[in-house]
Parts: sequence; structure tokens; C-alpha cells
Amino acid sequence: MSGAVLSWGLGVAQLLLVAAMAIAAWRIVRGPRAQDRVLGMDTLYLNAMLLIVVFGVRTGSDLYFEAALIIGMLGFAATVALAKFLMRGEVIE
Amino acid sequence: MTAPDLPLWGAVAVVVLAVAGSALSLLGVVGLVRLRTFYERVHAPTLGATLGMALVLAASVLFFTLTERRFMPREILIGLFLTVTTPVTLILLARAALFRDRGEGGEDVPEAGETP
Repeated sequence: MSGAVLSWGLGVAQLLLVAAMAIAAWRIVRGPRAQDRVLGMDTLYLNAMLLIVVFGVRTGSDLYFEAALIIGMLGFAATVALAKFLMRGEVIE
Repeated sequence: MTAPDLPLWGAVAVVVLAVAGSALSLLGVVGLVRLRTFYERVHAPTLGATLGMALVLAASVLFFTLTERRFMPREILIGLFLTVTTPVTLILLARAALFRDRGEGGEDVPEAGETP
């Protein structure tokens, strides 16, 4: 019984997160300017990280935690580098 | 799916936390579409980056605490990291957008001395 509740409920949570990722991807495609695309990418990273955390709960495996941590760090580094690029035209001066 | 020896109330609590967090993230991302200017849109996804993230991570902490039968606060690490980094990235991005918009002289750019 609790297995069915977990499976269905976490499936619903995953569907919501996938919908959020689809909307963020739409914002990346549409723009209209570069900063909107960077914002969409940051949101996409965040929702992908939450999706992987929910995957970890669904499978009961420990490995997904580390993947989520690394995706969070990569998202931070990527967004900071892109914002720096938008401001200065180069990442490392 | 490993259906562990999780009590029914535990499964319901984990599901409620995870679905509430995901729904909040989705709501925040809907703001990314509905709001008009970039300076309004930059606020919207933080709904998912704060409360949505916290609820999903709380679901994960609760699940692993109940199945391993000891307190497993690993996910607090992700929460701490995101809480520190999200304001930094978004302020950098907003400043970059402001710099670009002022350079081109667009219409609805915030004024220099204007307090937000």
C-alpha cells in the first residue's frame, strides 16, 4: 500500500517538475534577450536537480544525492560565468 | 521500485511534501512566462529555489530517515549551498542585464538612483 502511494505520488511530483523544465526550455528558446535565456537555463538546472532528488527517493538509492549536489554546483558555476560574460564580454580577465 | 518497510503515514507525508515542493517550483516557472519584463521575471523562479527546493529536500530527508531508521540530514548540504548561491547568481545576472540595457538605452530600464 505505501509502495503504491509512493510510486504514484512521486510520479505526480516528477510530472510537475518535467512540466516546469519544459516551460523553462521554452523561455530559453524564445528569449527575447540573452539574459532571459540565461535565467531560463538557471531555472532548468534547478528543476533538473529537484527531479533527480525525487528520482533518488523513488528508487531508494543513495547515488542520486551526489548527482544532485554536482548538478547544483555546475548550475551555479555556469550561471555566474554566463552573467560575467554578458557584463564584460569575457569570463576570465 | 523498492517498496521498503515504510509506514503508510510516512509514505503519505513524503508524497505530500514532494508534490507541494514540485507544485511550487512549477508555479514559479509559470511566472517566467507570464511576467512582462526581464526585471519582473528574474524574481519568479526564486519561489522554486527557496520553498519548493526546501520542501522537496525535506521529503528526501524524511524518506531516508524513515527507511534507514536513523537521522539522514545529507540533503541539508544541497539546501545550504543553494541558499547561499541563488542570490549571488541572480544579482550578478540582474546587474549584467542592467549594464546591457543602460548601454543600449531601452525604454523600461530602472533609473540609476531608484531604490527598488
